[in-house]
Amino acid sequence: MLLELDQVSRTVGGESHLRDVSLRLEKGTLNVLLGATLSGKTSLLRVMAGLDRPSTGRLLVNGADVTGAPVHRRSVAMVYQQFINYPNLSVYKNIASPLRLAGLLRPEIEHRVRGAADLLRLTPLLDRLPGELSGGQQQRTAIARALVKGADLVLLDEPLANLDYKLREELREELPKIFAGTGAVLVYATTEPTEALLLGGHTATLHEGRVTAFGPTIEVFRRPNTLTTAQVFSDPPLNTIAADKRDGGFYFGSIAVPAAGALAGLPDGGYTIGFRPEHLYPDRPAHTAVEIAARVVITEITGSESFVHVAFAGRRWIALAHGVHDLAIDQTVSLFLDPARFLVFDRGGALAAAAA
Amino acid sequence: MEKRENQKAWLMILPVVVVVAFSAIIPLMTVVNYSVQDIFGPNDRVFVGADWFLAVLNDRRLHEALLRQFLFSALVLVIEVPLGVLIALAMPRKGIAVSFSLVLLALPLLIPWNVIGTIWIIFTRPDIGLLGHTINSLGISFDHTASPFDAWITLMLMEVWHWTPLVVLLAYAGLKAIPDAYYQAARIDGASAWDVFRYIQLPKMRGVLTIAILLRFMDSFLIYAEPFVLTGGGPGNSTTFLSIYLVKLAVGQFDLGHAAAFSIIYFLIVLLFSWIFYQALNTIGTGDRR
Repeated sequence: MLLELDQVSRTVGGESHLRDVSLRLEKGTLNVLLGATLSGKTSLLRVMAGLDRPSTGRLLVNGADVTGAPVHRRSVAMVYQQFINYPNLSVYKNIASPLRLAGLLRPEIEHRVRGAADLLRLTPLLDRLPGELSGGQQQRTAIARALVKGADLVLLDEPLANLDYKLREELREELPKIFAGTGAVLVYATTEPTEALLLGGHTATLHEGRVTAFGPTIEVFRRPNTLTTAQVFSDPPLNTIAADKRDGGFYFGSIAVPAAGALAGLPDGGYTIGFRPEHLYPDRPAHTAVEIAARVVITEITGSESFVHVAFAGRRWIALAHGVHDLAIDQTVSLFLDPARFLVFDRGGALAAAAA
Repeated sequence: MEKRENQKAWLMILPVVVVVAFSAIIPLMTVVNYSVQDIFGPNDRVFVGADWFLAVLNDRRLHEALLRQFLFSALVLVIEVPLGVLIALAMPRKGIAVSFSLVLLALPLLIPWNVIGTIWIIFTRPDIGLLGHTINSLGISFDHTASPFDAWITLMLMEVWHWTPLVVLLAYAGLKAIPDAYYQAARIDGASAWDVFRYIQLPKMRGVLTIAILLRFMDSFLIYAEPFVLTGGGPGNSTTFLSIYLVKLAVGQFDLGHAAAFSIIYFLIVLLFSWIFYQALNTIGTGDRR
């Protein structure tokens, strides 16, 4: 199926949850909704499911307007952050529940439940109650319920957020494969940029109820169309600074960075420069890189990486460095900026040029 | 590290030992003492073995009181639990109406128990009571001091009015704890309101309803103050429940041996039934696996 949202807005009690959202989700695609908490991901999923009615705008399925159609007449399945299963029904009955409500015959139900249980490795657990399962198994049951329904639209609302790291990686890898054969439109909401990149597919970035960008995930990440998109799609946060372009260079603080390559053609004026933490280097990455002196605020060490928070020209930046960098607080460090990694936004926040 | 005995640890648990001893063990042992001896004075006592127990177990009036007590508790559970759940389901979920309903519901729970009895005496009096007078004016003879049936009706009304709010509050708390996603999931599945109740709300309320049922069983089985004030156990013996009969034995007739044996049997019955309820409520509805 083809799901289209046409200028969908939703306002609840004077509060705007969604503003002018237009999306076109194709059959068999994986679409990530990326945004911080309260950015409107869940509101958007609810509207897509038909649980909520948009205040204005239309929802089209295969070109037909379904805006007012009640949820049970749509072909939708949903998986939530909490593990939602019927608490006093066995795993088998839980998976079978949507099929029973749809009035399917027993052998058909049995066949489909077995198939889904096999795929999600739940076969040995079919007689258990949800309360007797681990979190990962409970979520697998919920996913099996969504899968068995054979819905055209499958909505996943931060389905892995409550799982531990290892299970999350495992299921994240399996999820797209599980639904790949069904031809369903898959919509996956997450707060984590990394998760969007790992999933691939298409990504829509959400900010304050608006879709700021929608396109192939890598494209959106590499060339964010606005400063907001870049900030939504960056973890740790994007480093930014206001800069003036004149005489063939960018000036900020006491630093001048030569404007080379794609940046050279920009007209003189005020810009915001953004660059990702992995592009604030402890060692000179290229001969064009510019050295700055920054004060260490704190260092978070994960083992393979160090997140060095620094203060520079009144801004807080984060440098992501490989290995352990045990730096003292308030120590001054030399860091390097590579203009080849700059994202340059105009004063309105639109991408003016991306160096890389 | 080497393991060492540390006798000072005993000192640490001493406060708990003292509190438990004075609050539970010593009173209980006193009762046990009285139940197996005939005590005339501090140095004048006779061991009577199981005599008191046998006498109590063969007491016809106690059998009647016990039956009445079971009937009363059964009615309480059958009426208050479903009614409480229904009211909880109908309660508002947000806004100022929530606080308003909760305060209104909690009011009967804040009134001292003997005052509750007094309120209902006045409320149901045929001559000046609003309810009693109204019913009699409609041509229906109603007087809880004269008719055992009317006494029971009044008692049940009072009990339901007094304690259903507790069930409502517990059930409401249980309902509020169900994440909204469950209801969404049910809607997406196309489940009916009954399905939602049967497969989501009821199982999710299992914990709080277990507590509600246990509390209501124990409290109603031990009920004393309200019927004592309202009917004094009458008319005749028609509302003489176990506690009222026990007090009659102990205080009215000063039959301490009988009363002590009775107390222990009473305690064991409450314990036994509470355990049965607890076991049953923990397993009900989970055996249905396929």
